[in-house]
Amino acid sequence: MSGFFKKLMHGFSQDSDPVTNYEGSKGVGLRIENLNKSFEDNHVLRDISLDIQAGETFSIIGPSGTGKSVLLKHIVKLITPDSGKIYIDGQDIFAEDVDKKPKGYRYSMVFQTSALFNSLSVGENVGLWLREKRVCPENRIRRIIREKLRLVGLEGKEELMISELSGGMKKRVAIARSLAMNPDLILYDEPTAELDPVTSDELARVIMDLKKELQLTTIIVSHDLNFALYLSDRVAMIDPEGIVEVGTPDQIKASENPVVRKFIYTTTKGIKGED
Amino acid sequence: MIEALGRNILNLTQTAGEMVKLFGQTVLYFKEAPRNLPSIFRQTAEIGIGTLPVASVLALFVGMVLALQTGSELALYGSQEAIGAIVGLSMVKELGPVMTCLLVAGRVGSSMAAEVGAMQVYEEIDALKTLEISPIRYLAMPRLLACLFAVPALVIFSMLIGIAGGAFISDINPVINVPYNVYYENMIRAIGYLDIVKGIIKATVFGGIVAHVGCYVGFKTRGGARGIGQSTTRAVVMSFLMILVADYFLSRLMM
Ligand SMILES: Nc1ncnc2c1ncn2[C@@H]1O[C@H](COP(=O)(O)OP(=O)(O)OP(=O)(O)O)[C@@H](O)[C@H]1O
Ligand SMILES: [Mg+2]
Repeated sequence: MSGFFKKLMHGFSQDSDPVTNYEGSKGVGLRIENLNKSFEDNHVLRDISLDIQAGETFSIIGPSGTGKSVLLKHIVKLITPDSGKIYIDGQDIFAEDVDKKPKGYRYSMVFQTSALFNSLSVGENVGLWLREKRVCPENRIRRIIREKLRLVGLEGKEELMISELSGGMKKRVAIARSLAMNPDLILYDEPTAELDPVTSDELARVIMDLKKELQLTTIIVSHDLNFALYLSDRVAMIDPEGIVEVGTPDQIKASENPVVRKFIYTTTKGIKGED
Repeated sequence: MIEALGRNILNLTQTAGEMVKLFGQTVLYFKEAPRNLPSIFRQTAEIGIGTLPVASVLALFVGMVLALQTGSELALYGSQEAIGAIVGLSMVKELGPVMTCLLVAGRVGSSMAAEVGAMQVYEEIDALKTLEISPIRYLAMPRLLACLFAVPALVIFSMLIGIAGGAFISDINPVINVPYNVYYENMIRAIGYLDIVKGIIKATVFGGIVAHVGCYVGFKTRGGARGIGQSTTRAVVMSFLMILVADYFLSRLMM
């Protein structure tokens, strides 16, 4: 019971917090220690430990159903672990008293399913956080919405309703909605899954530009290997047994680990194998 | 068998506990209502104006049938003047609030459960949480407030329509044959201000039940489109039962 309630109460104490320092992002470090999570007898996450530096672009790759989305949901506190800890910016995010004080950083997540608010228009989706938090005056909010939509190639689409969008457009609106928060930590769950190659390239450029401009920490879960390897400072490969390997894209490509090699040198989706 | 019974009782107490807690939190967020005024207005209008036509038809016919049946019965004893008091009192104290709120439960409660349930299933509520917007403040509070405003208004309206329907039948039916002014005087003598207040108190409580159950069931929705369907039914059944139980206790309390 308290679990259900705690979930609903998520964000209760921060609700009336003023949003300080909207302009800049600082990038926060993230440390995950021995995270375990089971759903009934399905042990999804096994002893996951990761250390992600402030300002780093970090990708997580791995087969379907290994708990990548579940891992991201732990980081944004939608799921609580059975055991293990997550530190963001040095703070244990699951500590008892953590909701009592302001966090001092912002995170946002692009859901695998986009999870847009169906009853709102595109512009209202992107601006919801700004408006609810009273971050800035309305005309400024409109400008921010236009700017973020432009970044994802949806300029001038503010008035469309969510049901009128294609899957790829929804994903891009979700990305714009996350960017509107100016987060210090941004999580992308399959950002390119529904995008065409050209839009994927553009998204890659946007993510790189953001990183240069804002030094934010980026975590990407993707099956799009070229995308992940191209963008990332480091990549982690996860499989049902836990984390298999962590390294720079070059290290991953050169890995001797058979699990990693099998995953990335495939015919249709991987990078071209050297035969 | 005993184990199953025990589990059911445990479930029931757990549900009750969760509902009380959610209610408390929703009420705590009332202080932030000014931030959500547009949403509260929209909900109020939707509930009020949307339910008005059906509620009117319902009240009109209930008033008419009531007058027809009791009136012809009373006519046998030549005491049909009492018809105004009977229709008036039953509409104000019982039928107006209960019938209208059962209708609201079917129309509004179910759609709230479906809407919030869909948001739960399609991760919109998770997305709200990551935006640090409390789903209770953003979804439950405006709906509860809207019902607390709109439902009593609807009920007052239904009472009037029902009384008017009764008056109409009493006047035109040759067996009953009670003219408007007799009906009216008789009714006014029977209904006190307190009766009206009690009726409105009932309406407010029932309205709160409908919104609260709708949101609670919505938040608890699991399992895709099927789950949303089940939630809709569950919300209606739960509000029906709770309205009927609350009606008994409120009537007893305000006797
Ligand atoms: N809320 C939940 N309740 C029960 N089981 C869950 C829940 N969420 C996820 N799971 C289970 O956890 C496992 C991992 O799911 P997850 O969505 O994290 O996979 P994934 O690695 O993101 O896969 P994909 O690449 O296909 O998105 C799955 O077996 C899934 O059934
Ligand atoms: Mg996933």
